[in-house]
Amino acid sequence: MKKLVILLSFMPFLMAAQEQLKGVVYDASIDNTNQPLFGANLIWSGTKVGASTDIDGKFSLPFVDGNNKLIISYVGFKSDTLTITSAKPIQHVLRPTNDLDEVVVNSRKIATSRSYLKAENTMFVSSDELLKAACCNLSESFETNPSIDVNFSDAVSGTKQIKMLGLASPYILIATENIPAIRGASQAYGLSFIPGTWVESIQITKGAGSVVNGFESIAGQINAELVKPTTDDALFVNLYGGSNGRLELNTHINTTLSDKWSTGLYVHGNTHQEKHDDNNDGFLDMPLYKQINVMNRWQFTNPEKGIVTFFNLRYLDDAKQSGQINFNPNTDKLTTNAWGSEIDTKRYELSAKLGYVNPEIPWQSLGVQFAFSNHEQESYFGLNQYNIEHTSIYSNVIYNSIIDDSRHKIKTGVNFTYDAYNEFAIMQDFGRTERSFGGFFEYAFDDLEYFTLTAGLRADTHNLLGQFITPRLHMRYSPWGKSAFRASVGRGKRSANIFAENQNLFASSRNFSILNNNGNIYGLDPEIAWNYGLSYLQGFNLFGRKADITLDFYRTDFKNQVVVDLENAQEVNFYNLEGDSYANSFQAELNYNVFSHFDLRTAYKFYDVKTEYKSGKLIKPLTPKHRFFANASYETEIRNNSMWKFDLTYNWLSQQRFASTLNNPNQYRLDDFSNTVATLNAQVTKVFSPKFEVYLGGENLTNVKQDNPIVSADNPFGTSFDTNFVYGPVFGSMYYAGLRYKLK
Amino acid sequence: MKKIVLVLLMLTTTITFAQDKNKRASVEVDGVCMMCKSRIEKACFKTKGVKSAVWNVDTHELKLIFDENKTNLETIQQNIIAVGHDTKTLKASDDAYASVHACCKYRDEEVIDDHKKE
Repeated sequence: MKKLVILLSFMPFLMAAQEQLKGVVYDASIDNTNQPLFGANLIWSGTKVGASTDIDGKFSLPFVDGNNKLIISYVGFKSDTLTITSAKPIQHVLRPTNDLDEVVVNSRKIATSRSYLKAENTMFVSSDELLKAACCNLSESFETNPSIDVNFSDAVSGTKQIKMLGLASPYILIATENIPAIRGASQAYGLSFIPGTWVESIQITKGAGSVVNGFESIAGQINAELVKPTTDDALFVNLYGGSNGRLELNTHINTTLSDKWSTGLYVHGNTHQEKHDDNNDGFLDMPLYKQINVMNRWQFTNPEKGIVTFFNLRYLDDAKQSGQINFNPNTDKLTTNAWGSEIDTKRYELSAKLGYVNPEIPWQSLGVQFAFSNHEQESYFGLNQYNIEHTSIYSNVIYNSIIDDSRHKIKTGVNFTYDAYNEFAIMQDFGRTERSFGGFFEYAFDDLEYFTLTAGLRADTHNLLGQFITPRLHMRYSPWGKSAFRASVGRGKRSANIFAENQNLFASSRNFSILNNNGNIYGLDPEIAWNYGLSYLQGFNLFGRKADITLDFYRTDFKNQVVVDLENAQEVNFYNLEGDSYANSFQAELNYNVFSHFDLRTAYKFYDVKTEYKSGKLIKPLTPKHRFFANASYETEIRNNSMWKFDLTYNWLSQQRFASTLNNPNQYRLDDFSNTVATLNAQVTKVFSPKFEVYLGGENLTNVKQDNPIVSADNPFGTSFDTNFVYGPVFGSMYYAGLRYKLK
Repeated sequence: MKKIVLVLLMLTTTITFAQDKNKRASVEVDGVCMMCKSRIEKACFKTKGVKSAVWNVDTHELKLIFDENKTNLETIQQNIIAVGHDTKTLKASDDAYASVHACCKYRDEEVIDDHKKE
C-alpha cells in the first residue's frame, strides 16, 4: 500500500517528465532585432501550470494534453494566446503596447450608457436622433425629445420657443460647446440662428446644472456640440424644400491642411417668400424671411503634446417680415396704412478654445475659452419700435485634476463676462453694462459602484447683481442593477432682459409699464430661484427586449422673479414678484425596444406653474397642465448599403390658460382656457448609400389649426389687437422633402 | 565593510532616483463584466498611492498610475487577488474567488460565453 502511495505521488512528475514544451520569447520593441525577453510569463489557459522565461528568453513547461491554449504575457507588452497542439519547440515575439503613451484628446463621443452613472440627470441626443425630424434649426431639433417642450411658432416671428420644466428658455442656459450662446439680445430668436446640420450632438441636463459655465441657469442646461473639421464629412450638402415655400440649403466643406491643422466652412441659407393666409384673417400665417449664416472653424490637434485648439468665426444676417398680407414695408412702415413688422438681425462672433491634457498625467487638463459677439437687431412691430445692440465677451479658464486618486476629481477656474446693451424700446433709450468676475470649484466623487456626487460652488462679483454665492449639488445612487436615483439642488440668479425676452408682446396694442424703479436692471431686481429635483431611472427587460423607465420631479422656487403680467388685455406690466412663484413638473417616460430596429418612446408630463400676479395667484398663461408624447421609429435592415427609416411623433396638449381678456369689447373676449391640441408628424428616409439619402416628411398631418390666432385681426390698430394667444398650429399640414449628400 | 556601504549607498541613490510620483504600469487582470471592473478598480484604490486605475473589460488590461514612493505593483496586485481576481502573475485564493458575484465567475467558460452574447 505504502509503495502505491509513493508511486502515485510521483505520478505528476512522471507525467511532467514525459513531454516538455520548450521555446524562446523575444522582445519586438528593441529595433526589431528580436532580443530575448527575460521574465515573460507563460501559462496554460485555465490551469495553474505555468513558467517564466530565463535571461535568454528560454522557457520550458510541461505540455498538458487537451488544454492547448498557451498565454504569453509581460508588463507593457500585448499578451498573446497560442494554440499548441504538439510539444514542438516554439519561438514567439511579444509586441509592446504603446497605447500607454497615447493621449486621446478628442474623446467627446456620445455614450448613452453613462447616463446611468452620471450624478447629473443628463440626456445625450446623438446625431441619429437629430435626423429623426429634418430639423432646420436648433429649436426644431427638440421636437422628438419629451424633456423639452417646443411651442407653436408665434404668429409674427414664426420662431418656435422652447420650455423646460415648464419654464421658458431664458431660464435655461443654452450653450454651444460649453460657451453660453443664447442669451441677452439673442434670447428670442437665437435658437433659430443655429442650423440643425451644424449640431453634432446635444446634452440636456435637467435641474440646477454645473457651476462651471456661470450662475444664470435655473431650469437646466442645454449644450450643443457643433460639427468639427476633423470628424465631419469632407463635403456635406443638405437641401430642404417645404410645401409652404420654405427652402433651405446647408453645405459643409472640411479639409485637412496638415497633420495638425484642419478647417471647415459651413454655410446655411434659408428663405421663405410665399404669402399664405389660409385662415383668411388678413395676416400672414408665417413670416417671409431669409437668412445667411456662415461659420468657419479651424482646428489644431497635437496628440503628442496633448493640445487641441479651435477658432471659430461666424456671421449671420437674418431678415423677417410679417403682418397683414397687403403690408408693403416701403410705404407702410410705422404707419397705420397696414399693420406690419420687420425684424433685421446681424450678428458676428469670434471664439477660441484651447484644451491641454498633460500627456504624462491624463487627469490634469487645462481649458481656456474666449468668445466675443456683437448682436444687432433693428425691428418694428406695427407702431412699436424695438432696437437692441448687445456686445458680449465671455472668457473662462478651467483646470481639472484629482485629489489623491481618480475617484475624487476637481474642476476649478475663473470666468469673466462683459455685456453692453444699447436698447431703444417703448420710445425710450435703455442702456446698461454688466460686468461679472467669478471663481468656481467643483468636486466630483465616484465610488465606482453605487454612488456619485458633484458638488459645486461659485462666487461672483457683478456690477449690477452684487456679490453672491451659487451652490449646486447633484447626487446619484444605484442600489441595484440598471438603476439610478438622482437628487439635485441649486441656485441661479440672472438679470431679466425684459424687452428682448418678451419682444413678441410688441406685436400687440398693449401699453408697457415697469412698476418698480429701485432696482439696477430697468428699475427691477435680479431674478433668483432655487431648483430641486428628484429622479429615478430603471432599465429592465420586457419580453426579452430592452426597456427603461424614468420618473422625475422638479420644483423651481422663485425668490424673486420679474413678473410679466398680461392679465389686463391693454397692458403689459413688469414688476418684482411679491408672493409665490413656482414651477412644478413631473415626467414619466418609457422607452421600449419593441422588436429589432423598432423603438418606442412615450412620455407623460404634468405641469403646475403658478405665479402671484397683482390680480391673484394664477396659472402661467399658455402652459398646458398635461402633455402626452409618443415617438415611434423603425429602421429596416441594411441591404446593399441601403435602408429605410420611418419616424412618427405624436403630441397631445391639454387646455391652456389664456391671460384675461375681460377688458376687451365682447367680440374680442376669449374663453378662460384654450382647446386641447394634438399633432402628428412623420418622416420617411431612404438611405441609398452611405453617401446619399433622401427624406420626405409631413408636419401636422391631421391638419389641426387654431381658428383665430390673432385677437382683433380686423382692427390691428385698435386697443384689443394681440398676437400672443397662439396655443396651437397657425398653419395647417405642411409637407417637405430633402436630400443629404456626403463625401468622407 | 566600506565597500558594502558604498554599494548600499549607490543602490539607495539609484532607487531614490527611480521613484516616480506618477509611475505608469499595465497588468493583465482576469474578469468578465462591468461589475468586475468596478471591483478591480476599487481594489486598486484601496492601496494608498494609486492615483488612477482603469481596467478594460475586453483586453483585460489594467492601466495604473501610482506613486512609487507610497506603493508598488506587488502590493496593488495583492489587493486585486484579495478581492478574487487573478492577475497575470498571481492567482486569487479559492476563498477570495468564491466571494465574487455569480455573474463574475471569470474562470467558468459558461459565464464567459454568457457575457460574449451581450
